[in-house]
Amino acid sequence: MDRNELVKDKVAAAFPSAILDVVDFRGTRTLIINQKQIKQVARFLRDDADLRYNFISDICADDLLPELTKGDVEERFAVNYHFLSMSHKHRLRLRVPVEDPDNGPETLTELWPVAEWLEMEVWDLLGIRFKGNDDLRRLFLPEDWQGHPLRKDYPLGYESVQFSFNFEAIDAKKPYAQD
Amino acid sequence: MGIEQKLGNMGVVTHRLEDLVNWGRTNAMWPMLFGLACCAIEMMDMQASTHDGSRFGMELMRPSPRQADLMIVAGRVSRKMAPVLRRLYDQMPDPKWVIAMGDCASCGGVFNNYAIVQGVDEIVPVDVYVAGCPPRPEALIDGIMTLHEKIRGEKLTDWQ
Repeated sequence: MDRNELVKDKVAAAFPSAILDVVDFRGTRTLIINQKQIKQVARFLRDDADLRYNFISDICADDLLPELTKGDVEERFAVNYHFLSMSHKHRLRLRVPVEDPDNGPETLTELWPVAEWLEMEVWDLLGIRFKGNDDLRRLFLPEDWQGHPLRKDYPLGYESVQFSFNFEAIDAKKPYAQD
Repeated sequence: MGIEQKLGNMGVVTHRLEDLVNWGRTNAMWPMLFGLACCAIEMMDMQASTHDGSRFGMELMRPSPRQADLMIVAGRVSRKMAPVLRRLYDQMPDPKWVIAMGDCASCGGVFNNYAIVQGVDEIVPVDVYVAGCPPRPEALIDGIMTLHEKIRGEKLTDWQ
């Protein structure tokens, strides 16, 4: 049987209440996992002899504020974990809906040390805290930056396009350097 | 005329101090390596053998700000890099000039957002802006020539 089905069956057998949904897109399977059980599922995926998802490619997240306001989803954020099994050459994605960014999923640092840094990136840009990860600090942005830019309610921060009618106004507000 | 006639063939030339000092400044201007992004490739191309930068006196590009007098800001400056840029500019000894190379250094370029400084003249005072994304090496040379003309026109009273 193909590997997508195998992984879904094994995870469903080991953690009956963990899988909330299954999505397939172009041959890649995404399992929507309950936030409380993500670490146990990840450990199972890594350690099980048939599955062996030993490489974590990426931890990224989405802010679904437009879908939340329209009523398409229940939770505002979703954290995506991308796994790769090197021995079986198979990729898998786990998606964890997160309601409250201050109570995010548990950290996977104990399983993969690099997860500490991937979660640091998610915190830096979206503000999702991971339980157990104490070292959440600014990675890409300057240390004293306020706010999380990739959230949908963060302003774009652009300067208006300069035409001849608004050049004076833009020029007056621009902080030119003194020598 | 004047003093040359009296001195004959003694090998003395008279000239204005302003012109002499300005000539010295323009013909031995060492750029500081400040290539941040894609414009850096074109800056390297300007310095390399095809569009030789050495024929304008820019024989070396010094990475140390203490030994350079021209800062070519080549590439986009992020908000995180801005204090570093200012510190390096402050470390350059007088006289110093700044060329904002490319669209990102002049006005933010295509990156009109929270992370990129919209024009490096928010941080350092710029003498010449070179447009282009990236500007061709010839365009950068044109900018340098414009800077040279600007310096040649400097008067005694302008010097710090």
